[in-house]
Amino acid sequence: MSTLESAAVPRSFLAHGHRLGAWLTTLDHKRIAILYGLGITFFFVLGGAAATLIRLNLITPDGALLSAETYNKAFTFHGVIMVWFFLIPSIPATLGNFLIPLMIGARDVAFPRLNLTSWYLYMTGGLFTVAALLAGGVDTGWTFYVPFSTLFSSSQVLLAVIGVFVSGFSSILTGLNFIVTIHSLRTPGMSWYRLPLFVWAMYAVSLVMVLATPVLAMTLALIGLERGLGVGIFDPALGGDPLLFQHLFWFYSHPAVYIMILPAMGVVSEIIACFARRRVFGYRFMTYSMLAIAVIGFLVWGHHMFVSGQSVYASLVFSLLSFVVAVPSAIKVFNWTATLRKGDITFEAPMLYALGFVGLFMLGGLTGLMLAAPALDIPLHDTYFVIAHFHYVMVGGSVMAYLGGIHFWWPKLTGKRYPESWARFAAILMFFGFNLTFFPQYILGYEGMPRRYHAYLPAFQPLNVLSSGGASILAIAYLLPLGYLLWSLRHGAAAGDNPWGARGLEWQTSSPPPQENFTHPPQVREAYDYEAPPP
Amino acid sequence: MSAGAPAAVGRHDPFLEAQFDDAVQQREAATLGMWVFLATEILFFGVLFASYTVGRVLHPEGFAAGSRRLDMLLGTIETAVLLTSSCLIALGVRALRLEQRARCCGLLLATAALGLSFLALHGFEYYREYGEHLVPGIDFLQTGPAARTMELFFCLYYFITGFHSLHVLVGVLVIAVLTVRVWRGAFGPRHYTTLELAALYWHLVDIVWIFVYPLLYLVGRAG
Amino acid sequence: MLLPEASSIAPRIDALFWSMTLLCAAVAVAVFVALIVYAVRYRRGSNADRRGRLNQDLAVELTWILVPFALFVAAFIWSLTIFTFAHTPPADARTVYVIARQWMWKVEHPEGQREINTLHVPLGMPVRLAMTSQDVIHSFYVPAFRLKQDVLPGRYTQLWFVPTRLGSFPLLCAQYCGLDHASMGGEIIVMPPAGFARWLAGHAGAGSLAARGAQLFRSHGCSGCHDPKSAIHAPDLTGLYGTTVHLADGRTVVADERYLHDCIVLPAGQLVAGYPPVMPSFSGQLSEEELLALIAYIKSLAAAGPSRGAP
Repeated sequence: MSTLESAAVPRSFLAHGHRLGAWLTTLDHKRIAILYGLGITFFFVLGGAAATLIRLNLITPDGALLSAETYNKAFTFHGVIMVWFFLIPSIPATLGNFLIPLMIGARDVAFPRLNLTSWYLYMTGGLFTVAALLAGGVDTGWTFYVPFSTLFSSSQVLLAVIGVFVSGFSSILTGLNFIVTIHSLRTPGMSWYRLPLFVWAMYAVSLVMVLATPVLAMTLALIGLERGLGVGIFDPALGGDPLLFQHLFWFYSHPAVYIMILPAMGVVSEIIACFARRRVFGYRFMTYSMLAIAVIGFLVWGHHMFVSGQSVYASLVFSLLSFVVAVPSAIKVFNWTATLRKGDITFEAPMLYALGFVGLFMLGGLTGLMLAAPALDIPLHDTYFVIAHFHYVMVGGSVMAYLGGIHFWWPKLTGKRYPESWARFAAILMFFGFNLTFFPQYILGYEGMPRRYHAYLPAFQPLNVLSSGGASILAIAYLLPLGYLLWSLRHGAAAGDNPWGARGLEWQTSSPPPQENFTHPPQVREAYDYEAPPP
Repeated sequence: MSAGAPAAVGRHDPFLEAQFDDAVQQREAATLGMWVFLATEILFFGVLFASYTVGRVLHPEGFAAGSRRLDMLLGTIETAVLLTSSCLIALGVRALRLEQRARCCGLLLATAALGLSFLALHGFEYYREYGEHLVPGIDFLQTGPAARTMELFFCLYYFITGFHSLHVLVGVLVIAVLTVRVWRGAFGPRHYTTLELAALYWHLVDIVWIFVYPLLYLVGRAG
Repeated sequence: MLLPEASSIAPRIDALFWSMTLLCAAVAVAVFVALIVYAVRYRRGSNADRRGRLNQDLAVELTWILVPFALFVAAFIWSLTIFTFAHTPPADARTVYVIARQWMWKVEHPEGQREINTLHVPLGMPVRLAMTSQDVIHSFYVPAFRLKQDVLPGRYTQLWFVPTRLGSFPLLCAQYCGLDHASMGGEIIVMPPAGFARWLAGHAGAGSLAARGAQLFRSHGCSGCHDPKSAIHAPDLTGLYGTTVHLADGRTVVADERYLHDCIVLPAGQLVAGYPPVMPSFSGQLSEEELLALIAYIKSLAAAGPSRGAP
């Protein structure tokens, strides 16, 4: 509990203007975070609906539920929405926007107007993508490989590409804002090595967002131009090279997966430190490893192209670098585990999500190692093994971390506590539902089931049914938080300033914080200073 | 930066935004922000340069043939125009620092005018290329063994110069708006960060062209 | 439901796969056990000894950086040997041509036999597939062989194998290629060598691929320039395949299928040193099958002089 005098609790940022207009023109990073949270939830539901269709269709080998055309559009929509409109913005745009100024002791981000613009760009991009769906859908896969997407697909490629292009600028501007904010607006005493690991994660992810996304933007623009004008640079008949597209696309899309995982790693560090009540083991190595992931992540894109016709030499270089980039992730898993040692551990819902993350991210990462070996990638590429791998890291990893973070900072954001028993139940249900959904897919992939197949060989049915069963459990586990978090807004117990007894400047202000974040300067100490009592 | 410091203390500065503590911090943040933005622009154009490089390495004859069809005289004039405009805007920023508002406005207007001339010249190039049936997708009628890869070259030529010209246009508009604001006294000798950063953007647009010009116009000209 | 190992490389790939699976499982189990043990031992209220907390330890960090890295390098090297082997077809491999298109596989044996969605191969003998696509990117995937290779428009990719089991093994398209991607399947039929020879004899088409190519060579006027007696100075194609060519821009390339393909459809990019740049492009005039036939014909000019079309 902070040392506030018995004066009235400062006016919450939520109370400054209730009309829609106040929200749509806000410059407050905390409100913008909530705007993003609403958008992200909406797109998650859309993407989840597409996933439901997919898993329902795959219950029978003949895939009779959906036509081939509808199925192809469903998995494309699922990928496009989940990657660009859920995973990439999720933690940075909601938790990052809300927490960075608080964690560094600032009043807002460096460029609040740019921040609001980012949200509008995100929503506009989403609008175009949904328009693509309503106008008939896209059937190219989220990877838009040429020449199918430029010369052969008769679907709404242009609309979808515009949607992603516009939302890309949201990413770029958010990253730019975060970099400048973290450099320039840290409160006196908040040196780099006192920053919470979440801020380091936001900084690392911002570097990637800023440097990788422009490449995607131009690559998509080239596709759009080729479709719109009928000419382009990827057409083999003109001497163009379809592999050039793949290089350009993956040059962004591989760092993109680190955009999705680095923030999750930041969240998990905060949660484990709090609920083990100790400083994260190896703080400096944790910071270096996040930066290493960000940098080396730019050098491994060719591991998506081992069987594409790329040269053997290039494949071997990318393979070695892909093994190298796994090292910092391994460091982090070991350090989180070591943080538990001699801790004082409790198992609230955020901690369950964080521990689930460590296990599932590790499994996903280990299977990534297998794919990094080109000899193994030959049989496994474009099979369900790859689908299982990336869902382990993105869903078992990023989504669980996102939910863990939402639960952890829910009291700070809303001033309310969520019902703990429901939350723990949902977390455990999610863990089991997730494994039931995706572990069978590793086996399916090894056995030879390719991805993007609306129908499959009958021998694969039992594992598919298992997977679809797991998906229904997972769906329930996702709906539960939606329910009880909304419930808590009205009926939840009031949260104090620091219900978890955590360290970090955000816990030194009221819940919810006032508009200017702090009514008096927060006390800056070493990060995760759990040895001493809270300030 | 101290959060929670009462907002009123030391905040007489009308240019100072609420999230910043002092003018120095604000200027540094703005400058860092602009440099980060310029980095994104380099990566944005980098895709086009990478694609061009791949095409040029795989099809040297076709690219050389295409390059020889470009108007090197106009390209050279355009280069001179942009280089001069960069010099002028730098002088304009300096003029503002020396409190020479009228001179600054004049220099900014001249910069914008040169930018517009660049666009006009390039538009004229496009017009001539259209007349020579060198516009893929609209009117491309070339023959000879290198015709197909020449079409690839011209696709890249229009994409690269098109995106660049778009950036020039945005720059011209920004400079025009800033000229009006300078005239109205929105900036002072110690508060001209916006103008400085706009000049940085203009220099980037110029530097991109410095790469575009030799890559597109000067291939296969030697010997 | 264990997938059969039906090619010579499959056991090697499986060995690496299961070794890595075991290693990864061991690491996973170790970490899970550590997580559970720590979670239980150090839960709030337990009387475990919490003195002497360490917040960092350089030795420990370096250990769990260097040990995993060493293991990764070992895995990388093992994978490297298998991968380079997979990309090095033996010189005596039998070349079969594959043309992929939405949504079928067209197979052309050098002796002229054609198949759709099936490929007959002899047991125990190396087969090399030279593959191209007529439209979008596909991928030739045989799970039982543990092999896969993307098939691209405008160039040739290759895949080689030695079948080690008799029988029929599924062939699947593994690169999303549009509406009926999931239906683009087929089978590889491995026969004993004698049975395969009988199959070849029984399915003989109208002449070998090279013979068809010779006809096209004449009908499209190629011999007008490339015949040694022609007045036009054009490169002699005898024995060209597989040799090194010096191009006009200083590059040297090996005359493989891709080179020959590009010479026919995009000659401006492959101007040979010392020859005038007058060869017209045949892009759009020849189908992929016809291009393959021409390439097979040019390859057949290796041994004897220019053939007059005898199979």
